[in-house]
Amino acid sequence: MMSKISSLKNFNLRDKGAAFWAGLNLPQRAIFAVAMIFLAGALPFAGDHSFTNFLNTPISNFADVLVYPVGMFVLMSLGLNIVVGKSGMLDLGYVAFFAIGAYSMAIFGKYTHLNTWEILPIGIGFAMLAGVLLGIPTLRLRGDYLAIVTMGFGEIVRITALNTQKIGGPNGMANVPNPPSIHTPVGQLDFNIMTPNSFYWFVLVLILLTIWMIRRLSVRRPGRAWEAIRQDEDAAELMGVPTLRYKIWSFVLGAGVGGAAGVVYASKTLYVSPEAFTFNISVLILSCIVFGGIGNIWGVVLGGVFLAYLPERIRFISNARQLVFGLTLIVIMNFRPDGILPRKKREKILKSKSEAEVK
Amino acid sequence: MHTLISQFWQLTFSGAVQGLIYVLISLGYTMVYGVLRMINFANSEIFMVGTFATIVMSRDILGHQPNSANLHGFTLLYSMFFCLLASMLASGLTAVVVELVAYRRLRSRGTNRLAPLISAIGISIVLSESVSLLTAGRAVIAPELLHKSSLFTVLGANIRVDQLLVFIVAPIMFFSLQRFVNHTRLGKGIRAVSMNEETAKLMGVNLNRVISITFLIGGLMTGAAAFFFETVYEATKFNIGFNIGIAAFTAAVLGGIGNIRGAFVGGLALGLLETYASAVLGSQWKSITVFVVLVVVLLFRPNGLFGEAIQQTRV
Repeated sequence: MMSKISSLKNFNLRDKGAAFWAGLNLPQRAIFAVAMIFLAGALPFAGDHSFTNFLNTPISNFADVLVYPVGMFVLMSLGLNIVVGKSGMLDLGYVAFFAIGAYSMAIFGKYTHLNTWEILPIGIGFAMLAGVLLGIPTLRLRGDYLAIVTMGFGEIVRITALNTQKIGGPNGMANVPNPPSIHTPVGQLDFNIMTPNSFYWFVLVLILLTIWMIRRLSVRRPGRAWEAIRQDEDAAELMGVPTLRYKIWSFVLGAGVGGAAGVVYASKTLYVSPEAFTFNISVLILSCIVFGGIGNIWGVVLGGVFLAYLPERIRFISNARQLVFGLTLIVIMNFRPDGILPRKKREKILKSKSEAEVK
Repeated sequence: MHTLISQFWQLTFSGAVQGLIYVLISLGYTMVYGVLRMINFANSEIFMVGTFATIVMSRDILGHQPNSANLHGFTLLYSMFFCLLASMLASGLTAVVVELVAYRRLRSRGTNRLAPLISAIGISIVLSESVSLLTAGRAVIAPELLHKSSLFTVLGANIRVDQLLVFIVAPIMFFSLQRFVNHTRLGKGIRAVSMNEETAKLMGVNLNRVISITFLIGGLMTGAAAFFFETVYEATKFNIGFNIGIAAFTAAVLGGIGNIRGAFVGGLALGLLETYASAVLGSQWKSITVFVVLVVVLLFRPNGLFGEAIQQTRV
């Protein structure tokens, strides 16, 4: 029993995956990536076929579940991961940016003639602006003080929406328009209540774009700056990294991803209300990150998929599903505190070495 | 604005009562933060357990009916005492269990700072969902132990008997706690661990025991707050801890988290501020005011009103 647990502890799928990836040459990598994207794109059909229908969610429509919560949670987890995982700042109010995106979509969609594709950059812009406005005064704070200020910001946004009658107050806003159809070479892609698949593919595109952005940034100047800030902010500042500027950048990028998720959410569900943007969502997104493996993109994706999917999959035990969710969090955190797919081990080795020297 | 001026003393009194309840809850956050440098996320659920323990004691064990108030003399006294005891014990024990389940294993392995936070979130989901299943998600009404008659009027403020009880007993509990931390051997252990865990361990402090006791004390105080809350408001629900937990945590941060005296000032300030703000702006804006004040205070005093600099705490 003990040896089983310890081998589980030392098993690192992330390193196995990295080794596998390193062993491939360029065309092989391209084929692998395309195959994976194709598989992910085919996921909505998995619920209908006999050999994969164990995936199907018993009560909600499987393709709808893939859009919200699964796709949205993955997208938001990736966005929050830039803030929490990459630059090490604890943000408990991430839902605010999701709400700002969703309300931008609802307001502009109802009161102007802009369609979803035109509102998307506006929503992202507003969320990023909110990120700047919140970031400039508060990012001087550290650790748990930052956590509570961001949490306060999340609540401020929600309560303002709740108390502003012009945007529906507690009733929210209904009749948010669906996105217009897209004409593709293979046919027309409709976006309405009957076509969750096209929403799913759109979210998938956003997720892939976000992953691509994070991967590019990680190996360039901002990524290195974030890494330095996360490991030792004072040292980074002394070495000439403009820490405040990069912290704001990471905050703003995270906010933009949240805003994009909000726009898609509003035009998918056609309805926004303050109830959808509670503190619980921020906590859930944070749980996805830590659960999957903080700082590691694939871990975060896995965490988002699993934690969003699990409560839907076990919906048949309706009342107890949140209980099972809570128990899962406790058990996994106790046995794999770095998450299911932790980030690179290298840093850990360095850490344990320096600790050994101290001792 | 008019209400604020005309009813200033009334608002001040009820704000102070609300604030004192916050003070006791925020001790659950601030003491745990002091020794572990971690947010005790499950404290709101510890509070919730306390409110239910009060009701179970007075309704099911002592057999009081919801509307059958008018208890007198000795019956009233022992009913109140047993309810307080039940609430404190239930919350205290829950806090100890929370520490064992959510924090101990992770703490001894010294992993990243977020893992215990998530497992604490897990246990708070488990607690609130279990209670939600047991009560079918409905609100539960507490028996009225203390008839809410107003006793006398000071400066135009009606002093109600239940509020007066909180106003007198809560500070007594707070100051005895402060005395305990400052003047006993165990209290010294707690302070030692909060200053430097490693050194305290080398000096022979039993770390696990001190941490368990810190959780216990924080839970006891939160439980007392739950009892007072039930005396004043007489109803509870499985998710009652959430908002009041956020408020109490804000109070702890406002005063400087980790600092016991700060929790007192922060809690009182928050209670007063909330009450004044709802008089001026309407009660729907009160939490916003609180957060705005919190942000402003943190901008000028980044470690809270009484906090010491927290060095390099990050994820």
